[in-house]
Amino acid sequence: MSPWVLRGLRDGVVTTRWPGRPDPYADRWRGPATVADPRPAEVAGLASLCPTGAITTAADGSVRLDQGRCIQCGRCVDQRPDVFGWSLGPAAEALTRPALVMPQTSETEQGLAAVRAGLAARTTALRRSVHLRHVDAGSDGAEEQEIAALLNPVYDIHRLGIFFTASPRHADVLLVTGAGAHGMAEPLRRTYTGMPDPKVVVAVGTDAVSGGLAGSGYATAGGVGDVVPVDVWVPGSPPSPFTILHALLVALGRPPRRTEGQ
Amino acid sequence: MNAGAGAASVSGTPGAGTLAASVPELWDLVASEVAGGARFAGLMATRHPAGLALSAHVAGLGRVATWEAVLPPGAGSYPALSSALDAAFWYEREIHDLFGIIPEGHPRLEPLILPLLDEHAPRPQPGAPGPAPPGIWPDEHSIPRHVMGPGLFTIPHGPVRSGVMESIEYLVETPGEDIAHLNMRVFYKHRGIEKRFEQLPAADGVLLAERTEGVASVAHALAYCHALERLAGISVPWPAGLVRVLHAELERLAAHLDAAVRLADAGGLAVATARFGVAKERIARLVSRMCGSRFGRGVVVPGGVRALPQLGLAEFRAEIGRLERSITADARVLMGTASFLDRLRRTGPLRPERARQHGALGPIGKASGFSDDARLSRPYDAYPSLGLTGLRPHTDGDALARLQVRWDEVRQSFHLLRQAADELAEVSEGPLRAPCEVSSGRATGWAEAPQGEVLYDVAVQDGQIARCRPRSASFHNLVLFHEVFAGDILTDFPFIEASFGLSVAGVSL
Repeated sequence: MSPWVLRGLRDGVVTTRWPGRPDPYADRWRGPATVADPRPAEVAGLASLCPTGAITTAADGSVRLDQGRCIQCGRCVDQRPDVFGWSLGPAAEALTRPALVMPQTSETEQGLAAVRAGLAARTTALRRSVHLRHVDAGSDGAEEQEIAALLNPVYDIHRLGIFFTASPRHADVLLVTGAGAHGMAEPLRRTYTGMPDPKVVVAVGTDAVSGGLAGSGYATAGGVGDVVPVDVWVPGSPPSPFTILHALLVALGRPPRRTEGQ
Repeated sequence: MNAGAGAASVSGTPGAGTLAASVPELWDLVASEVAGGARFAGLMATRHPAGLALSAHVAGLGRVATWEAVLPPGAGSYPALSSALDAAFWYEREIHDLFGIIPEGHPRLEPLILPLLDEHAPRPQPGAPGPAPPGIWPDEHSIPRHVMGPGLFTIPHGPVRSGVMESIEYLVETPGEDIAHLNMRVFYKHRGIEKRFEQLPAADGVLLAERTEGVASVAHALAYCHALERLAGISVPWPAGLVRVLHAELERLAAHLDAAVRLADAGGLAVATARFGVAKERIARLVSRMCGSRFGRGVVVPGGVRALPQLGLAEFRAEIGRLERSITADARVLMGTASFLDRLRRTGPLRPERARQHGALGPIGKASGFSDDARLSRPYDAYPSLGLTGLRPHTDGDALARLQVRWDEVRQSFHLLRQAADELAEVSEGPLRAPCEVSSGRATGWAEAPQGEVLYDVAVQDGQIARCRPRSASFHNLVLFHEVFAGDILTDFPFIEASFGLSVAGVSL
């Protein structure tokens, strides 16, 4: 008998039961930085803490942090723990770009409900046969590792009816990584055009959302939003597999229930 | 400009490499170093007001020497190094793409990382002060297409490929089954990282270094910080050196397991793919429990590390022990699975003399009998005090030998992890970071990534980065991919690609 049969049985079931059951690793995941106190006593020097310019302060003394620019370097949290903290848990995505700016305003929350309904109407027919196509538009290679990790037995996204496909013609969801390298603009556009409707585009990683630290230089567009119409924005440098999975389920109108710690 | 002798410096970059009087003299210096047993480690250029500086890096025991020659402003060409030294083949093409300068006598001067149709179009010109250039769009029409012989056709493979892959295009020329010739187009995901460095303060450069090649985040951060630390003339506190070793070796384990996953997947071994995938996930989780990031980002800072691991050492040791037992047992079964080994044996061979000539880095070099491990020959951080010995020699140079080298390195990494954890347990309270203030100067720094040596050449002016050239092992090694398809067929391709284990992000920065 092949030794692999016994090796395969060795560790029992290693697959997470999330989102049906809570998973401590998912719930304790340290996501992008967030604003703990939006009206601190002292705002001088806050904006210069962030190497990607995610932090802005207004004249009225309020602080905002654009998680779409956060590369999770932790400088703001280290230097000013009174103002900034980490977001916890796998939920990091947003359905509009402005919704990534913390703290969220009530206008964005109202607009979001409509966007969420529109997205759900598009994806409801996909049910439990969802096919993903990934395109790298200038990533550092880390996002690819985290997306590929969804296939390992710990996450095993096949159990959720989600699969990867080679052909854009068979794809429902386009996962785009990278800062929007000019060289990938045309291949990305062609992949998007080749997909049948309805289709959903997920920008995976802070680089894809805003360009991240690579920013917008001579070779990058500062994110992929100008090349393809993004439906779901997922910050993170890189986002964890649970974060990507959470974003996918939200995109498909199957948002996981909020669990403790969030 | 003064000739040859002494450590003269180029204007604007004090402390730069030893200056040669002319480019031919520079090539002679490089050739004599290489003939004396040193390894050609890279070639770069920098735009200065005084002209274009060409800098060659040569790695020897305990040092990386930088030799330099300056072309006057307005010079449009220089005699190519590639005509004498094959290893410079891609470097000179890259320099041509970035600066528009022509290496006369280059064997095939095609665009590599930035194809432009107009020879006189503006180029990025790294090192040139002032604002970054406006958008430059690559144009693949500037790359000539050629098929080598009658009856051959080209299979374009990429840049969007099946699976979750980084963007690269392989053009496979084949009469139907054999791979007669292979071309690579790596420009698609060029991000302009070198120019981006020039907008950052020296202290922030480490953040971009970590995001230059994600699968070698720690190694890039180390190489960058080593350059700054050399400039500041400091060494990192002992516990910081140990923490750096922990993260560097965990990164190596993750990358080698990734290669094993891809090879097992190519061989259709579902259980092996799953088990190595789980092991890799457990390492990513271990790293994230230590520092919050699954890629060890944010740990390495100029002068030391940010913090001690958040995970208790007893827990760390226990998890390392479990991982080692599981991975070792699976690897033993894998290396006894005949149907799998048959696919790797004599697949994608790199001849030892080619590996030596090219100075092939990391597992690719080691599998072909050429080993220049920076941890041994130019040790840094805590490595000199830890027991690190050379690996048993391999000379087959095929995909199987590359996997064997990776398993040997995995064993070595576990050994280092245990030692570093034991040493860390003895450490009492103390600083984790030495002050690392750098105002101006230029230095090289290196670290052994899972793919081989990463080399940084960093110039700082008034606390700002004036020029930063990361040279990844992926860039240096990927060019060898052209040469390893002797007698191999299309179905060997995924095995050979996985056995190289390189990242495109590090090739086309």
